[in-house]
Amino acid sequence: MDKATRSKFLLKTRPTSEKLVDIGFKNIVVAMASMVAVILFCIFAVVYYESTESISRYGLRFLFSSAWNPVTDEYGAFTAIYGTLFTSIASLLIAVPLGVGTAIFITENIIPKYIRDVIGIMVELLAAIPSVVLGLWAVFIMEPFIRPFFNIIYEIFGFIPFFSTQPLGGGMMPAILILVIMILPIITSISKDSLNQVPSKLRQAAYGIGASRWTTIFKVIIPAAISGITGGALLALGRAMGETMAVTMIIGNSNNFSWSIFAPSYTISSMLANQFGEADGSQVSSLMYAALILMILTLMVNVFAQWMVKKLSLKYQ
Amino acid sequence: MNYRSQKSLTYNPSLSRNIGNKALNIISAIFAIISVLPLILVISYVLIKGGSYINLDTLILEPEPPGDDLLSAGGIGPAIIGTFVMTLIASIISIPIGVGGGIYLAEYSKSGKFAKFIRFGSNVLAGIPSIIAGVFIYAIIVSTKILFGSMFSGIAGGFSLSILMLPTIIKTTDEALKLVPDNLRRAGFGVGASKFTMISNITLPAAFSSISTGILLALARASGETAPLIFTALFSRYYITSFEDIFYEMGSLSVLIYNFALEPYESQNQLAWAASFILVVVLLSLNILSRWINTLGAFSKNKV
Repeated sequence: MDKATRSKFLLKTRPTSEKLVDIGFKNIVVAMASMVAVILFCIFAVVYYESTESISRYGLRFLFSSAWNPVTDEYGAFTAIYGTLFTSIASLLIAVPLGVGTAIFITENIIPKYIRDVIGIMVELLAAIPSVVLGLWAVFIMEPFIRPFFNIIYEIFGFIPFFSTQPLGGGMMPAILILVIMILPIITSISKDSLNQVPSKLRQAAYGIGASRWTTIFKVIIPAAISGITGGALLALGRAMGETMAVTMIIGNSNNFSWSIFAPSYTISSMLANQFGEADGSQVSSLMYAALILMILTLMVNVFAQWMVKKLSLKYQ
Repeated sequence: MNYRSQKSLTYNPSLSRNIGNKALNIISAIFAIISVLPLILVISYVLIKGGSYINLDTLILEPEPPGDDLLSAGGIGPAIIGTFVMTLIASIISIPIGVGGGIYLAEYSKSGKFAKFIRFGSNVLAGIPSIIAGVFIYAIIVSTKILFGSMFSGIAGGFSLSILMLPTIIKTTDEALKLVPDNLRRAGFGVGASKFTMISNITLPAAFSSISTGILLALARASGETAPLIFTALFSRYYITSFEDIFYEMGSLSVLIYNFALEPYESQNQLAWAASFILVVVLLSLNILSRWINTLGAFSKNKV
């Protein structure tokens, strides 16, 4: 190779400016990605820091006391924690059969595909409706419509503690119903995805040995997709626990503990929404403690859900 | 072939398995109808009831204080502008960070430990209740008055919305870039492009439509959120008139719905329905638009 050719090739090194841009860009995107971790850490640190006063004063007693009195400065979040857990779990119990049933209906070929697609899109659009609009609808339309039915239940079964309050407007049961509407789209779309991921060989094998459609669904398809469905249900549970606006508008916001599902109650998030704006002093610290509990609850549920969903994708890919 | 075996080859509706199948078909159809019913009910009530209160006055006037005038409650103009401004602030913060973070995950560290941790982190962040974002911003911005001494402000509201938008944008950017075939990247490197040139000229444009879908969905979610705003941006009845106004309380459609739905006055409630109409129409169109954009993409999930 003569000198001229060699120098031609030597010229083809990358200019320093381009290298700097390259390195700079990489560092910027690394910093941006790290923002997620920073924000997450900050949220935990700030909420924990703000609640230290309350944590050191009440400790675990906070979880089991339902006193909430800004005048005497006595705080306990039992009613709110019970309300959060009860409403979210009850709504999940109603929404899972509905959501999984809908998902099966739109993944099976019972009716033509375009109708199923329309149903699928409609359920997903339900997720796009803001929770405050659902709350408005619940307050003015759903609750007045459904109250007579609750009244009948109250009159017949009023001796059971669960139905022992007369339904008068906001309460736990309407909140549960609105939560069902809010988490249905999550359960339906995740169940639909996991049902669709089940290899068609399994279905054909089941049909081949003479299984009927629903035997196949119950004995083959659902067991194969169960971890995805469970993961979706857990994600929905996390969403239901943290759901604020619709629940705040319909649950009645009362800190008096009651076993009755028609009585006004509280969830942690509705308590935050109601009281945070005008709270000061040790009330803020107690609200932060409640927020910390809510975060830990949703975190546990979400991490478990992610682990479940991951299990399925490892199985069939 | 005898009669019995011939009969067993034809469909016999009175067999228990066929009856069971029919019954379960019907039950699953009923479940699907129950699931779709709330959407139809909510949308039709919002469109009919809300739509009937929409006129020019409602769209541009400022809302009156509750109980002042029983016949008219003014309009929702400032709230429309406020929602727009706060969503804009949230987008200015979260779109660059989200897209940048997604680029890092998909282009620089596909399966490294740090990338796994960030993916996990953004899933966790997505699962954090929206009211916690409000509590967090209240603690670091509102109560400390860190931003030029302002307490409740539109910019604090924008910050809390950006926390909600961030995980969605990171996730969709990451997934959109992962769908771009590696051949394009190798071709880019092969002709001597640097990594930055390759990303900015080849992979980002290729994934553009999927990324914009994600951004639109995040925008739609953020503009309907209420919980993070009720104690960061609070509410204001007045139009913003200058740039400094973003450092003061700002109204938004969602907080207006929340506040006015709980007022005892009929005219305020009507305003809440009118605001829901605007919000639902905008959000549904954003959602449908994002679906449509997604189908345009060269590397959308359906095509690869």
